[in-house]
Amino acid sequence: MYDIKAIYEAKSVEHAVQLRMEHPEAVIIAGGSDVLIKIREGRLAGCELISIYGLDEMRGIRKEEDGTIRIGSLTSFSHIHADPLIQKHISVLGDAVNMVGGPQIRAIGTIGGNTCNGVTSADSASTLFAYDAVLEITGPEGVRLCPISEFYLGPGKVDLREGELETAVLIRKESYSGYKGCYLKYGMRNAMEIATTGCSVNVKLSQDKKVLKDLRIAYGVAGPVPRRAKVTEDAVRGSEVSPETRARIGELVLEDVNPRDSWRAAKDFRLHLCSTMAMRAFTQAVRKAGGEIDD
Amino acid sequence: MIIGKSIPRIDARDKATGRIRYTDDLCDKGALIAKIKHANVAHAYVKSVDTSEAEKIPGVVKVVTCFDVPDFRFPTAGHPWSTDPEHQDVCDRLLLTKHVRYYGDDVAAVVAEDEVAAARAVDAIKVEYEELPFVLDVQEAMKDGAPLLHEEYPNNVLRHTSMRKGNYEEAIKEPGLIKVEGWYDTPTVQHCHIENFICFASRENEKIVVVTSTQIPHIVRRVVGQALGIPWGQVRVIKPYIGGGFGNKQDVLYEPLCAYLSLQVGGRLVKLDCSREETFRNNRVRHAIRSHIVTYCRKDGTLVARKLECFSNQGAYASHGHAIAAKGAGAFPQLYPCENVEVDAWTVFTNRQVAGAMRSYGMAQADFAVESHSDDICRVIGMDPMEFRRKNLMPKGYVDAFSKNELYADTFNQCLDKGAAYIDYDRKFKEYQNQTGPIRRGIGFAPFWYNTAVWPIALETASCRMIVNQDGSIQVQVGDTEIGQGADTAFSQMAAETIGVPFDMVHILSCQDTDVTPFGTGAYASRQTYVTGFAIRDCAEHLKDRILDIAYRYTRMQPYLMDIQDGNIIRATDGRVLMSLGDLALQALYDTENSVHITMERTAQAKSNAYSFGCCFAEVEVDIPMCRVKLLNIINVHDCGRLINPALAAAQVEGGMSMGIGYALSEKMIYDEKTGKLLNGNLLDYKLSTFMDHPHLEAQFVENPEPTSAYGTKALGEPPVVPVAPAIRAAIRQATGVALNELPMDPHLLFRRFKEEHLI
Amino acid sequence: MTEDLRQYKQVTCTINGKERTAMVDVRASLTDMLRNEYRLTSVKKGCEVGECGACTVLIDGEAFDSCIYLAIWADGKNIITLEGLEGPNGELSDIQQAFIDETAIQCGFCTPGFILTAKEVLDSGKLYTDDELRKLLSGHLCRCTGYENIFRAVKKTMYKRLGKKYKE
Repeated sequence: MYDIKAIYEAKSVEHAVQLRMEHPEAVIIAGGSDVLIKIREGRLAGCELISIYGLDEMRGIRKEEDGTIRIGSLTSFSHIHADPLIQKHISVLGDAVNMVGGPQIRAIGTIGGNTCNGVTSADSASTLFAYDAVLEITGPEGVRLCPISEFYLGPGKVDLREGELETAVLIRKESYSGYKGCYLKYGMRNAMEIATTGCSVNVKLSQDKKVLKDLRIAYGVAGPVPRRAKVTEDAVRGSEVSPETRARIGELVLEDVNPRDSWRAAKDFRLHLCSTMAMRAFTQAVRKAGGEIDD
Repeated sequence: MIIGKSIPRIDARDKATGRIRYTDDLCDKGALIAKIKHANVAHAYVKSVDTSEAEKIPGVVKVVTCFDVPDFRFPTAGHPWSTDPEHQDVCDRLLLTKHVRYYGDDVAAVVAEDEVAAARAVDAIKVEYEELPFVLDVQEAMKDGAPLLHEEYPNNVLRHTSMRKGNYEEAIKEPGLIKVEGWYDTPTVQHCHIENFICFASRENEKIVVVTSTQIPHIVRRVVGQALGIPWGQVRVIKPYIGGGFGNKQDVLYEPLCAYLSLQVGGRLVKLDCSREETFRNNRVRHAIRSHIVTYCRKDGTLVARKLECFSNQGAYASHGHAIAAKGAGAFPQLYPCENVEVDAWTVFTNRQVAGAMRSYGMAQADFAVESHSDDICRVIGMDPMEFRRKNLMPKGYVDAFSKNELYADTFNQCLDKGAAYIDYDRKFKEYQNQTGPIRRGIGFAPFWYNTAVWPIALETASCRMIVNQDGSIQVQVGDTEIGQGADTAFSQMAAETIGVPFDMVHILSCQDTDVTPFGTGAYASRQTYVTGFAIRDCAEHLKDRILDIAYRYTRMQPYLMDIQDGNIIRATDGRVLMSLGDLALQALYDTENSVHITMERTAQAKSNAYSFGCCFAEVEVDIPMCRVKLLNIINVHDCGRLINPALAAAQVEGGMSMGIGYALSEKMIYDEKTGKLLNGNLLDYKLSTFMDHPHLEAQFVENPEPTSAYGTKALGEPPVVPVAPAIRAAIRQATGVALNELPMDPHLLFRRFKEEHLI
Repeated sequence: MTEDLRQYKQVTCTINGKERTAMVDVRASLTDMLRNEYRLTSVKKGCEVGECGACTVLIDGEAFDSCIYLAIWADGKNIITLEGLEGPNGELSDIQQAFIDETAIQCGFCTPGFILTAKEVLDSGKLYTDDELRKLLSGHLCRCTGYENIFRAVKKTMYKRLGKKYKE
C-alpha cells in the first residue's frame, strides 16, 4: 500500500493539462517504476498523483510525412525495442532501451518517464542526445517543441512548466538518416542494473567509408545530466576513420565529461570508462556503418 | 533402493502451482502492523523519545520505546543452548535499545491498523540522541581509545583465541627458507533470500504463538521465552514453508519484539514484515574477515612454519560471535598440515550492522585467504599450483586431534582429477601462460574442506517421531527444518529406505510447530542429513522392530524371521509376503483385545563428525581496458559422501556456486565512512548475480560414503560457496598476472589494481 | 490518513479467465489487490520496488512486476497469476511440470514469477538462443538455484513445444 494522498486519473491529454493546472503540486505518474519507488522510499510519501497511464493516445510509434519518427511518451521500453520502425531507422535506441533493468521493468517503464525524471543514468537519454531528439510538450498554450539538449535543467529537473506534460519524443529524419550507432552500457552486472556510465555514439561515413563525415557522442552519468561531447565531435569531424582518430576521441572526450565521485563509482574510474567506452562504441558504430577499423 | 534416486522434491508440485503457504500467506488480513523506528546515527545514547505526534496519527494503536521494554537480556544466535553458563551465547540484546550501536539500531516501535499509518507514525517519532564517536574498521576498533560498544569487552574484543603447534619461532630459523606473506580481505555480504524476514504473533489462551520465517523454530521458542521473561513452554513457534534462509534465519530476528508488541496490545494479532531494506540493514550479514598469513617453506614447497592472524568484524552485537572466525581459524592447520603453526583469531565489535551465520560460516573467508595464499606461495617459489596442492593437502588417513575426524579416502586427488578433466585444465593452463593484449584468459582452481555439523564444539542432537497410519503409511516428524534445500525429501527417502516402505508411503510434516514436532535445533552447519540422519535411522530401526513384534501376533512368525519390504511384512527366509503393513496397522489399531497405535520417538545425539571435501575450477576472460571479468566455465566437485538424491544435491551445489560467484565478483555492502550508514541496502545497488551473470554451472561428485554416518552422508549445503572466490582469483591472476587480495574482484578493484600494475 | 479521506475505486478486470470486480483502495498496488482481495498468494513480495520479480503477473500477456503497478490500472485488463495455469482438474501446464522434473524449484519463492515470465516467453512460439533466453528471464532474482535448472526447464520446454530435439 502506497502512501498517496490522492490520485487524479487523466482521461485525455487535455484533461491531464487541466489536472496539472488544478493540482500544481501533484506528480505525474506514467508507469510507476520511478514515482512509486520514490513514494515507498518516503521521498514522495503523501503526495498527490496525476495518472496518465490510461492515455493510450500517448502510446505508439509512427513515421510522419517528413520522415520524423514520433514516439508517444507513454510507449514502453519493450514496445520501443520491438517496434519495426525503430529497428529499421534507429536501432540504437531500441538496443539502449533493451538494456534498462529487466524485462518487467521494460514493460512498465516509458520513454517519457525516463526523460522527464531528469536522471543522468537514464538508458534512453544518451541515445536521444546522440540523435538530437526533440521533445513534444503539451501545455495550456498548446504544443511546443524542445530540443533534448535544452530540456535538462539539472539533476532531477527538466523544463516542464506549469500545466505541461511531455507527449512525444521526435527524431528528425536528418538526425537518423545515414547514421549508424552503438550504445554501450557499463554496469556492475549484466541485468537489473543502472548505468555506471552509458555512452552512445553515432557516425555518418563518407561514400567510400574512409572519412568521418559526422559523429555524435553522448553520455549518461558523465555529469549531472546527460550530455554531448561537443568538443570531441567538432575536433574529429571530417577526420579519417582510423585507430588514430579513435585514440584522439578517447583523449578528447575527457574534456567533455565531468563525472563525479560517488560510492557507486570513483571519478577516475568513470573518466577511464568515458574514454574506453567512447573508443569501443566508435569502433562498433564504424563497423555497422560499413567502415573498417582494426581493434 | 530409494536412497540414491533423484526423486522430485515432495513440495515441488505445490510450489509449482503457487499453492504453498509461506508466513505472509498464512496471516489474517486483519492483523495489526508493526514497524520499527531505526536510529539514524551509528553510535549514541537515546536521551529522549517523543511519541506524541506519532500517537495522534489515525490508526495508530500503540507506540513503545526503548524506555518501555523489560530488562531481560537475551542472545540471538541459533546455537543449541548450554546449561553451562561459560558456553552460553552472549546475552547482549534488549527488545529495543537506549544505547544505539549501529546505524539502524532499534529504538522504538509502532503498532497500527495499516502499514501507511505505521510508516507515518514511525516518521513522526522524534528521538533525541547524545551522539558518540563510532568505529567501522575491525583493527581500528581494537586500538586503545577506540569508541567502546559494550562495557564488558575492553578494546571491543568479543573474543580472542590462540592455537600453537610445534615451535614457529624456532622453525623459521632454518637456513634457506622462503617467506611468503599476505593480507586478505573479505567484504560484508548478505544472504538475499527472496522472502524477507517476516513473523506474526498473537496470544492464544495463555500462550504466545509466533509464526515465523525461521530455520530454527525450537531455538526461537527458547529465545522468545528468555526475551520476554516467560516460561519457554508458554511460547509456541510455528515455522511454515520459508523462502530461503542461508543462515540469516538461523538467528532469532524480530520474533521476540513481535511477541512483545502483541502482548502490549492485549495479545491481538500483530505482523512484523521486514522490508527488503530492513532485511539488508537490520538482519544479519556475513562477517568481513581480514586475514594475515605468513608461510615459511622450502624451495620444493614443503611447508615448515605457518602463521595466521584473522580479525573478524562482528558489528554491533554478538550474535554468532567468535564461532565464525574460530571455524575458519580451526581449519587453517588442517587443510595443509604443517608441524609448526600459530593461529590467532579475534572477533571484534564495531558500529556496523550485526554479523551472524551465513552459508559456509567462516569458511568462505578462510578459504579465500588460505587458497589465495597458496597461489601466492606457488608464484614466489615458482611451483605449479596443482603440484603444490597434491604435495601438501591433507592426505588420506589424516586425523584431526580435536574432533577425531578422519579423511578416509584419497578424496582430494579424486576431486582434483575430476574437475581438471571436465574443464581441460592442463591444456588450458599451458595455453594461457604469458598472454598479452587487452583481452586475456586464465584458469585456476581451489580446494576446500568443510566440517559437518558442530560437534564437539557444541551439542548435536536431533529427534524423530514416526507414526504408522491405518493404511500403513508412515508419518515422520522431526524438529529439523526444510528451508528450500530439500531436507524433507531426503529425510523421507531415508525413512522409506530404512523402514522398507515405498517413498510415497512416507508423509513428512514439512512445517514445524514446537507444540507438535519433536525437538531439533534446525537447519544450519550442513548438519541435517548427518545428524538428523542418525535420529531418522534410529527411529526407523526401532519402529521396524516394533512393527515386527506386533506382526508376530498376526503372523505367528518370530520377528527375527520377518522383514519389511515395499510396504509388506515378509518372511525373510523365503520372501513370502505375509501381510501388508496397512493390514497390520489397521488390525493392530482396531484390535478389540489389544489396540495398539504403532508409534516411535527417538532422540539421537551425535558424538562424531565428518569432513566434507571438494574443489572448484574456474576459467575466465578478462577485458583489461574495461576492467571486467567474464566467467567462461566453472565446475565444483564435491565429496559429500553418499548422495541421497543426486538431482537435489546438484541443485544445492549450483546454488552455492552462484553465491560464491557473487562473493567473488560483485557482492559487497558499502557503508558511508562519515555516518556509518549502509549505502546500498537494496537489490538494485547490491549486486546479486542475475540470470545473465552466470555461465553453465557444472556440479559433479566423488562418492566416498562416510563411514561414521547413518546414511553415508556429510556436509553439502554450505560447502559449494567456499572454493569459488579463490578459484576465480587464481584464474584472473593467470590471465593478468595481478594478484587480488580482496573481494569482490569487481570493476572498481580491477581498475585500481590494473592501474597500480600499469596494465591500463 | 483518516477514514473519510480514503479514496476507493471500482476495478473490474479478468483474473485467470474470470471477470472480477472489487472496490479497491487507490493506494493499493496490484500485488496488494491480488493477494488481499483475491487471496492469490502465489504473487510474492520480495522487494516491492521491481527489483526481484517475485510478484510478476501477466497483464494482457506481458510480464509485469505487480508491486509497482497500481491496482486501479488493472481496470479492463486481463491478468494471469500462477493460479491460473493449473487446469480445472489440477492438470499442470508443461512449464510447471518442467520446473518439477528439472529440479528447478528449491525454496519456491521466486518460482511463481519465473513460471509466468517463462509462459510469456514460450507463448511467443519463438526459438531463442541461450543468451536471449537468459536475458528474457533476467528480471527475476533467485538465490537458491544459480538459475541453472530454471534455464534448463525453460529451454527444454521451448524445444518440446517447437518439436525440436533438446541438446544439453
